Amino acid sequence: MSQDHSEKQSEQKEFHETRRGFLKQSTAMMALALTPPIVLKAAEKDEAIAALFEKVPVSMEINGKKQQLSVEPRTTLLDLLREQLALTGTKKGCDHGQCGACTVHINGMRVNSCLTLAVMQEGKKITTIEGLANGEELHPMQQAFIKHDGFQCGYCTPGQIMSAVACIREGHANSPEEIREFMSGNICRCGAYDNIVSAVLEVKQGGQKV
Amino acid sequence: MNPFSFVRANSPKAAIDAVSKGDNSRFIAGGTNLLDLMKNGVMQPEKLVDINNLPLKDIQLSKDKLHIGALALNSTVAADNQVKAQFPLLSQALLAGASQQLRNMATVGGNMMQRTRCSYFYDTAMPCNKRQPGSGCGAIGGVNRMHAIFGASDKCIAVHPSDMCVALVALDATVLVTGPKGERKIPFADFHRLPGDTPEKDNNLGKGELITAVEIPNNPYTKNIYYLKVRDRASYAFALVSVAAALELDGNVIKSARLAMGGVAHKPWRLAAAEQSLIGKTATEENFRVAATVAMENAKAYEHNSFKLQLAPNSIVTALLKATSV
Repeated sequence: MSQDHSEKQSEQKEFHETRRGFLKQSTAMMALALTPPIVLKAAEKDEAIAALFEKVPVSMEINGKKQQLSVEPRTTLLDLLREQLALTGTKKGCDHGQCGACTVHINGMRVNSCLTLAVMQEGKKITTIEGLANGEELHPMQQAFIKHDGFQCGYCTPGQIMSAVACIREGHANSPEEIREFMSGNICRCGAYDNIVSAVLEVKQGGQKV
Repeated sequence: MNPFSFVRANSPKAAIDAVSKGDNSRFIAGGTNLLDLMKNGVMQPEKLVDINNLPLKDIQLSKDKLHIGALALNSTVAADNQVKAQFPLLSQALLAGASQQLRNMATVGGNMMQRTRCSYFYDTAMPCNKRQPGSGCGAIGGVNRMHAIFGASDKCIAVHPSDMCVALVALDATVLVTGPKGERKIPFADFHRLPGDTPEKDNNLGKGELITAVEIPNNPYTKNIYYLKVRDRASYAFALVSVAAALELDGNVIKSARLAMGGVAHKPWRLAAAEQSLIGKTATEENFRVAATVAMENAKAYEHNSFKLQLAPNSIVTALLKATSV
């Protein structure tokens, strides 16, 4: 009986090992099947594949602070800000340049941070929503958004505010119609557009430096 | 996004060498379309060559032409005082495209190189002869509301998405190119291609060739111009149909005309015969309607875009009326 038991254990062990081996092997094969041709081709040479994933040094100034960074070439500026630097004020909406939630300023110009690579920002000055306020004092556009209720869920708001500040600096906020046209790259699914236009118009008409 | 290697080029020659060496290397300028396509797996380059450091950003007006460097930003060109005064059609067309955020990244050369927004091209689960030659066309017999009514083939009915290019083809621009075999000039109308049997080729650039500039000859179209864009929402959408219209008027008589359409063909679509039909005529709605009818010869619709057969001529008439009444 004890022998039986021992044989059974041994069988189980063998089965277990075989099963584990099979799973391991099939997982590896699955991974191989799912690996894009570009990686497979590169895998012919270890050096080539290492180069593809190698991090590249890049330095930029973010919200007034100089940063020496190391990023994979495929990292977007948005992912660098959110994932590597924990600047999560900048939002990821569509990740395809269609919604404007990721709007930041690069050298003073508003852009979609989801459609530019971090490695392309060498020597650039980046401003995110975190860099807009003056210490504890909100930026006039932030105050205006609160006053005019320029949001509901708030997810698009950082992008809206960064875009709105640039809109005034560019000289594209002279009428509600012009604001609507030049803010059209920022989608608000709650539909706070009327209040956003009011906020932008008030800051523009207030004549404050933005 | 698939991994890729990245290099920064400091001279056009270095950029061309870097792209010519690899089988699947691409220049990157603004990246607004390329990175979008890479995220979707539609394009999978092994190497990106960043050309943003190249000295190709200048906008210069000389006595016979406007020279625009390939890396000039769409927003910079649209806001340039010389462009607004001498080539307002180009400024209007640029402002009709994308959003200010995208125009702040997108370059003139990159705008020309952007790919179609055909949903079958973008969806890697679907057949598309442009993305994967020989796989078939999902749009023919599929959902083809946005698609071509001119110059399509049984391989591809996609349209070119640019607004800027519609103005440039109307204004007889020339594309300056440099590559492994030296420099050459390509008339704008010959830059983009019709799909034919090779829809995977959007344009006539050779391997490793780099756009360095676009030049527009000086012209009399400084006042009576209009860029009309008809789309599904008031702003920030691709054209169902767009029209670039420019008239040279002597009183109410048309001395010359320039007309081109977007959203109707695989390339920006110049309406040469319609332009000819306007010369010497008075600028009236009746004559504009005749020109629009001429423009629509050989138009062919598919299941969901037959509305363009009416929308296109109506848009031509509207654009010409707007150009006349400024």
